Amino acid sequence: MCLGIPGEIVAIDDAATLTAVVEVSGVRRRVNLACVLPTGADPASLLGYWVLVHVGFAMSLIDAEEAHQTLRLLAELEAFADEVR
Amino acid sequence: MKFVDEFRDPALAKQLLTRIAQRMASPVLQARAPIRIMEVCGGHTHSIFRYGLEALLPQTLELIHGPGCPVCVLPREHVDDCLAIAAQPDVIFTTFGDAMRVPGSRQTLQQARAGGADIRMVYSPLDALQIARENPQRRVVFFGLGFETTMPATALTVQQAVGKQVDNFFLLCHHITIVPTLKALLDDEDVCVDAFIGPGHVSMVIGLEPYGFIAEQYRKPFIISGFEPLDILQSILMLLDQLVEGRAEVGNQYSRVVHEQGNIQAQQAVAEVFELRERSAWRGLGEIDQSGVRLRTRYAALDAEREFALRSTRVDDPAECRCGEVLKGQLQPQQCPLFGSGCTPAQPMGALMVSSEGACAACFQYQRNDSQ
Repeated sequence: MCLGIPGEIVAIDDAATLTAVVEVSGVRRRVNLACVLPTGADPASLLGYWVLVHVGFAMSLIDAEEAHQTLRLLAELEAFADEVR
Repeated sequence: MKFVDEFRDPALAKQLLTRIAQRMASPVLQARAPIRIMEVCGGHTHSIFRYGLEALLPQTLELIHGPGCPVCVLPREHVDDCLAIAAQPDVIFTTFGDAMRVPGSRQTLQQARAGGADIRMVYSPLDALQIARENPQRRVVFFGLGFETTMPATALTVQQAVGKQVDNFFLLCHHITIVPTLKALLDDEDVCVDAFIGPGHVSMVIGLEPYGFIAEQYRKPFIISGFEPLDILQSILMLLDQLVEGRAEVGNQYSRVVHEQGNIQAQQAVAEVFELRERSAWRGLGEIDQSGVRLRTRYAALDAEREFALRSTRVDDPAECRCGEVLKGQLQPQQCPLFGSGCTPAQPMGALMVSSEGACAACFQYQRNDSQ
C-alpha cells in the first residue's frame, strides 16, 4: 500500500498544474510535483531528477549521493570480509 | 531498475548475513536471545517473505510482522459503508486496487462491481477527481485509505477539487496514522519487541522526529529502512549494533529517500486538510486513540460521511481469528488453526490474509510454495 517506485523526470506535461512525465522502467506516466518542487520554482528545474513516486505524486527527490554512500558502506563490508579470509 | 537492483546483490547480502550471525553470537545478545525485531510496515513484511529472509537469519532472531498494512487493518464496517455508497444509482465509487478485495460483512467491492455497481479502480486520487470533472451529473466518491505516505496525495486532491470548484467530488476518509499504534503496542504487556525496523515511505513524509519517544522513553532501537533485501538486512545489522552497544536511537538506513525533516510541503497539505479523530478502529487491534484523521470542517462539503449520512455498525471478525496475536508476535501465521484451511487469500477470514502485505497472506503466498 505504501509502495513507492523510483522514476526519472523526463518532461514537463503541464507547468500550471505541476504535472511532469516520469519514466519508470521504460513506462512513462504523469506525476504531480507539488510535494517536491520548492515554492515558486520552475518545474523544468527538476528535469533529470529521480523521484520516488507514490499514487501519482512525486514524494521525495532521491539523493543519488546518499544511495552511493549506502552502497559504499556495504561494499566496504565485503572488502573487509575478503581481508579476513 | 536504478536505485532498486543495486540493493538486491546476493554477494553483499551474504556478507550482511555473516555480520548479523556474528552480532547474534556476541555474549550480550546470546544472554538476551531470542532477539525480537518488529518490522512495522507491510511493505517490509512482503519483502521479507518474498526473499525468504527469515530462513536466512539466525534462529535466535525473530521477526514480528507489525500492523503496517492499512488494507488489512481496515474494519469490515467501513467496507460496508463503501458498499452502501456505491449502491446509490448516481454514484461513481473510486478507490485503489488494494481496497477492492477487502471483505465487508457480506461482500467485497469487487463483487459489488460484478453485480453492477459503478465502482472504478484508480491509480491516483487525481484520477478520481478527473472522473468527477468528466461526469458532472454524477456524484464521484473517492475512498481514501492508507498511512501518512498516501495522505498528502489525498490532501492535495481535496485542495484541487475545491480550487477548481468540482462540487460533485467527495472523499470517504479512512486515512490512519502509525505512531499512536506503535505506542499502543509498546504499552501492551503482551508485546515484547527489542527493536523496530521503521517504515520507509511513511517516514519520507513525517521525518525522523515523531519516533523519538520510542528510543528515549521505551529505550528501543529504531531504524528506518528501505524495502530491498540489502536495505532490510543492513537495518537489522544496525539494530543489532545498537543492542550490543546498549544504545537506543532513531536511525535512518534509507537516507537516499528519507530526509530528516520528512517532506514539509506534504506535511503542510495534510495539516491544512485533515484533523485527528478522537479514535479509530483497527481490524485485529481494536480502537486506538488519535490514530486516524478526518476532513477539517472547512472541507465538510466534500465529506462523504456527511453527504451520505453514514451510520456504521461494528462488525467483529469471527471469534476463531487470531490476527491480534499474530500482530503482537505471540503467534506465527502458520500456528493459527485457520491458516491455509478456513482462511486463505482467496477467501480471507481475518485481517492479515486480506492483502499481500499482510503477514498471513505473504506467508501463504511464498512459504507455502517453498514447501511444495
